[in-house]
Amino acid sequence: MKILVCMKQVPQKDAPLKLNENGTWIREDVSYEVNEPDAYALEEALRQKEKHTGEVVVITSGPPRAQQVLREALAKGADRAIHLEDSAFVGLDAFNTAKAFAAAIKGEQFDLIFTGLQSDDYGYAQTGVILAELLGWPHATIIMQIEKNDGGIRVKRELEAGYFQFVDMPLPAVLTIQSGINKLRYATLIGIKQAKNKPLRKVALAEVQSAIGENLQKIERLYVPQKTKKTEHIEGAPGEIAKKIVDKLRNELRVL
Amino acid sequence: MPDTILVVVEQREGKLNRVSWETITAGQAIAAATGWALEAAVAGANSSAIAAEVAGKKVAKMYAVESAKLEPYTPDAFSAALKQLMAAKSPRLVLMPHTYQVRDFVPKLATAMGRAVISDCIGFRYENGKLLFTRQMFQGKLAADVSFGSDGPWFATFQNGAFRGDKAEAGASAAPVETVSVEIADGVIRNKPQEIFKEAKQTVDLTQAEIIVAVGRGIKEQKNIEIAKQLADALGADLAASRPICDSGWLPMDRQIGSSGQTVAPKLYLALGISGAIQHIVGMKGSRTIIAVNKDSEAPIFEIADFAVVGNLFDIVPPLIEEVKKAKAAS
Repeated sequence: MKILVCMKQVPQKDAPLKLNENGTWIREDVSYEVNEPDAYALEEALRQKEKHTGEVVVITSGPPRAQQVLREALAKGADRAIHLEDSAFVGLDAFNTAKAFAAAIKGEQFDLIFTGLQSDDYGYAQTGVILAELLGWPHATIIMQIEKNDGGIRVKRELEAGYFQFVDMPLPAVLTIQSGINKLRYATLIGIKQAKNKPLRKVALAEVQSAIGENLQKIERLYVPQKTKKTEHIEGAPGEIAKKIVDKLRNELRVL
Repeated sequence: MPDTILVVVEQREGKLNRVSWETITAGQAIAAATGWALEAAVAGANSSAIAAEVAGKKVAKMYAVESAKLEPYTPDAFSAALKQLMAAKSPRLVLMPHTYQVRDFVPKLATAMGRAVISDCIGFRYENGKLLFTRQMFQGKLAADVSFGSDGPWFATFQNGAFRGDKAEAGASAAPVETVSVEIADGVIRNKPQEIFKEAKQTVDLTQAEIIVAVGRGIKEQKNIEIAKQLADALGADLAASRPICDSGWLPMDRQIGSSGQTVAPKLYLALGISGAIQHIVGMKGSRTIIAVNKDSEAPIFEIADFAVVGNLFDIVPPLIEEVKKAKAAS
């Protein structure tokens, strides 16, 4: 199976975020990491390749810093990488990101494309489904299991409220992968060493420019959300805090 | 012809998914702000009963979009059916609840029409004739007002709990229901869904819990779950967790709170090392009192906490266990 995994670099979970001057995006000077759901998507692709042989290709878009997620993926076992390298990609909406990816993989013959179920920065949860529609492929979302069968694959979709559903679908297909589908591996020292010699194709903005257009949705302003709830801070040394909490549990909330 | 807002309600196993009432409320609020007309639609193999139920609300018209091929749900059939409805009725704005099912087909539908979806919104603003949708970004740390950059139809989905379903206004009289038969050609539907099922494992019912102690990433290691358990035991509370803890296998999946787990509303929710990603918050924001302990003062959990402790849970939980035990012994 030949599998493409779409990955994204996002600010680290506990990184303090600062707004840019226009209040339309965050400042670049934060620490970044791989979008966690995408790490599960990569792991699943590697497992499928180990079971069925084939190739795992990873793709991302973003400025040079985004190459880090590709290097990590190569170190974990991906075979090659594609980097749409330009800071302009950061500002694209899901529709245009999917269009840029579709343009960059023209000529490739993938059986499957995986994405994480959503990103930790925008959180639109759309790029995978849009990509499927652009390619004319079937898709399934929030996937917890993938088995190959005669006609294609059988996937397990997570539904809400603890329900699941198996879906049979033909290949090629796009799947968005749920976090927790598998256990993530760490890169080995050998893997990190080998990654340096694996192919990484850079795609410039100009190469996909004709495929993308104006954003269909625009962030007018980004801001720190207004608090709707009054929050009382409990402060002091740990022992004092513990006493204050118990006092509240007992006298205000009456749960003790 | 005035501009129209179309709310697409969700049918699940032949019943109306209650979250749809919230979207009706949202549609009514946007209609009031903009002066646009409000209509609603439901899609399914047989949706007349749901259409009649929704037609009782204050909407100008109700569409029952029907085809035998809409049952069982597939993204291919829903996208094809609703695309035909959009072509026939030309709404300016289409609203849906941000459910797993909507997430599965609405980006496909919008893309097929060359349009965008502003997903998972928590509110809207109508400023100088411009409609903006508010959504959380960066896991709730920031919010954004987002506008559409193209012509309609515009698609937006609302987060569970963003509007009050019980505030959906009833109409003076039932709205007319129009049945819209759609053609879905052979070969359009590629996926073959099987029966929906629940995992056959014992399920912990956290919805009845009076007190919940929940742990998140801040617990750091599996062995540290123990101190949260001790606190839960001392309080007579149930132990729960955010998704990453269950993904790591540190607690079973049936102890997960959030959009993919259980939705709870206990008297007290004690959040330990939980940052408060949206997916978690939707599952617990109905708690009567929320106490949050987190070392990151900017963690979104503090936005909804009644009591905030900015500090290291490993410093605070051990003395808290002792104080709770003392208080229990004294009472």
